[in-house]
Amino acid sequence: MSKSVVSAIRKDYLYKLAQDGKRMDDRKFDEYRKITIEPGVITHAEGSARVRLGKTEVYAGVKLELGEPYADSPNSGVLITNSELLPLASPDFERGPPRENAIELSRVVDRGIRESGMIDFEKLCIEPGEKVWKVFVDLYVLDHNGNLFDACALAGLAALCTAKIPFERFGLGKDVPLPLATSPPISCTHVKFNGALMADPSLDEELIADARLTIALDEKSHFRAIQKGEAGSFTLDEVKEITKMAQSNVEKIRNIFKKAVKR
Amino acid sequence: MVKIKEIVVPGQLLDEGEIKPGQGAYRDRADGKIYASRLGVPLKRRDFINVIPLTGCYLPKPDELVIGIIVDVAPSYWIVDVNAPYPAVLHVNDVPWKVEFGETSKYLSIADVVLIKISRVSETEQIQVSMRDRNLRKFVGGQVIEIQPTKVPRVIGKKQSMIELVKRYLNVWIFIGKNGRIWLNGEGKSTRLAIKAIRQIEKEAHTEGLTDRIKEWLEMNKSENM
Amino acid sequence: MEKIKLIDEKGKRIDGRGAKDLRPIKIKVHPLNRADGSCYIEWGTNKIIASVYGPKEAQPKHLQDPLRAIVRCNYDMASFSVDERKRPGPDRRSSEISKVIGEALENAVLTNLFPRTMIEVNIEVLEADAGTRCTGLTAAGIALADAGIPMRDIPAACAGGKVDGKIVVDLRKEEDQAGDADLPIAILPRTKEILLMQMDGDLSEKEFYELLDLLADACINISEMQKKALLDRYKQEEDVEEDKETKGKKTENKEIKKEEE
Repeated sequence: MSKSVVSAIRKDYLYKLAQDGKRMDDRKFDEYRKITIEPGVITHAEGSARVRLGKTEVYAGVKLELGEPYADSPNSGVLITNSELLPLASPDFERGPPRENAIELSRVVDRGIRESGMIDFEKLCIEPGEKVWKVFVDLYVLDHNGNLFDACALAGLAALCTAKIPFERFGLGKDVPLPLATSPPISCTHVKFNGALMADPSLDEELIADARLTIALDEKSHFRAIQKGEAGSFTLDEVKEITKMAQSNVEKIRNIFKKAVKR
Repeated sequence: MVKIKEIVVPGQLLDEGEIKPGQGAYRDRADGKIYASRLGVPLKRRDFINVIPLTGCYLPKPDELVIGIIVDVAPSYWIVDVNAPYPAVLHVNDVPWKVEFGETSKYLSIADVVLIKISRVSETEQIQVSMRDRNLRKFVGGQVIEIQPTKVPRVIGKKQSMIELVKRYLNVWIFIGKNGRIWLNGEGKSTRLAIKAIRQIEKEAHTEGLTDRIKEWLEMNKSENM
Repeated sequence: MEKIKLIDEKGKRIDGRGAKDLRPIKIKVHPLNRADGSCYIEWGTNKIIASVYGPKEAQPKHLQDPLRAIVRCNYDMASFSVDERKRPGPDRRSSEISKVIGEALENAVLTNLFPRTMIEVNIEVLEADAGTRCTGLTAAGIALADAGIPMRDIPAACAGGKVDGKIVVDLRKEEDQAGDADLPIAILPRTKEILLMQMDGDLSEKEFYELLDLLADACINISEMQKKALLDRYKQEEDVEEDKETKGKKTENKEIKKEEE
């Protein structure tokens, strides 16, 4: 009943609209849907956030555990990002271990966090080589209506920015906020179809897209992470155009984000 | 305050008498009484008590016209998604063209949108559809939207009154499949308004005075449009 | 370690409730867009969402039943739903819970109306605080009605137990962990047929029947909340569906307040 086969009529209609500079929900090519970020929704998690991007809905939970550091970075805490495309979220999602789509999503969100230097990993070290804090960021997708990359990235970041280290639960003292070195990068995802480039794809736009490009920019507008997906291609000019769109959107989204996490 | 018709929930008592349970209702063998099995609006019709459901899937019946999407192509038939719990088969014998074995994709490909008729539903729930009748065809251009199949009768209206209202005011071609898929074709802005009207009807299907409200809304938007 | 006193001299539990009182319950019908039916419930600190897809073609084909629909339930706990992070994915506990919930729901659904199909019920626990299977089943019942799946009645569930020697309804986490018995049940409210029942602990025959009686009453109360939530969804005038919730707070007088946002 809620299948995701895009009919030829729907595809042609989206193509036609795009030729006239329009989208099916009346947005401009570079316009985002309504974003709502609610941190602290899961009271027992160390950090959490619920993000709605249009009708897409995801929850992020941050949990910390004590564990051993990786051998090649004995003084650093550990970050593990995982995403679950729940069967709730789409008739196309099945129960089971993450497959390549979920894995790509996890790794892209992870890179956005990791490469930004946002988490001060050294401050998460308790005993070099022996004991560090392991930070788990789990992204649960509840409703897939397009652009899981940005929704999950925002949820993960909001959960981290409002997270605490659970010293109390481990009998090690009082809880403190998770140490963050810099402000987070904001990622923007775009798709291309029929030569048109648009930001924040809706479900149908994503399903008919030839190619997808996610760019994460920090406060200095430096590139921190990029991911190109799907089998189509981008010309260099198209990448430049997308970068321009991202630069203006990142600023807007960052304001929404800052207000939500109160930083 | 918008008046809504009475709505019942599954398990709610409907009747204790001689009446028979129709759609959305069942008789409990333990006490002989009739209860609702669906969330919907109760309706007595002849000697049946029905519950017109507010939500639920489309169950095809022979001779119904539906809008389908081709989801698979085989050498001598196509599989069509008709928005039902079962797939539908369109055989080469049931289309207006003479299709050679293996040439099926030349006529209809995956994702094509077609106006077809339910021929029969077998004992094993296999749905057979046909495109033989003169008015049946592949749709080209326009737009397709989906509404809840349970709302189709309300969107059509008594003797087509509701949908004719929309067509007349906005000058848009509209075809409503019994399975909840709707094809529209017209000028851009008018089509968008038609879709808005249909969505509003879908949302308020269980209320009273809907036809008047829609007429008012169409009047307002038509003059703004001009 | 000092044992917590779970019930004080006045018969009040640690959160101030009486023996028969339910924790606060908030219900949101149809919060999701893609699923055919859905329901989100906050029950105490539990935060659980249920979705329904179907009836749809039963895949793989060998699962098809030529006479009826099969009801498949996936109960899952999010990794962040509990104090110590849980590894994502099913474990033996969630498999068992999926099975008993699925069987309870199958009893209520008129499965003979949709032969060869599957009705998929997904329950995700976002935050857990004892009674997750009962909350999940209660949410699933609403989600099934929301999806238009025909049922004899909407199943309602509640757990109870024995705490400090007293029979109590709707255990919270501390009571579940430190108590002497845990008994979750689900009933078909109209006929009071028991669709789900599990128990572990130690109850005398008298205690067992006393608890069962109280739980049946609690389930009837919960059933009223479920039905009200479904009806409330269709009473609204404007498109504020996202914020519409139905709150239910159990008192002995069964006064249910509706809060508008």
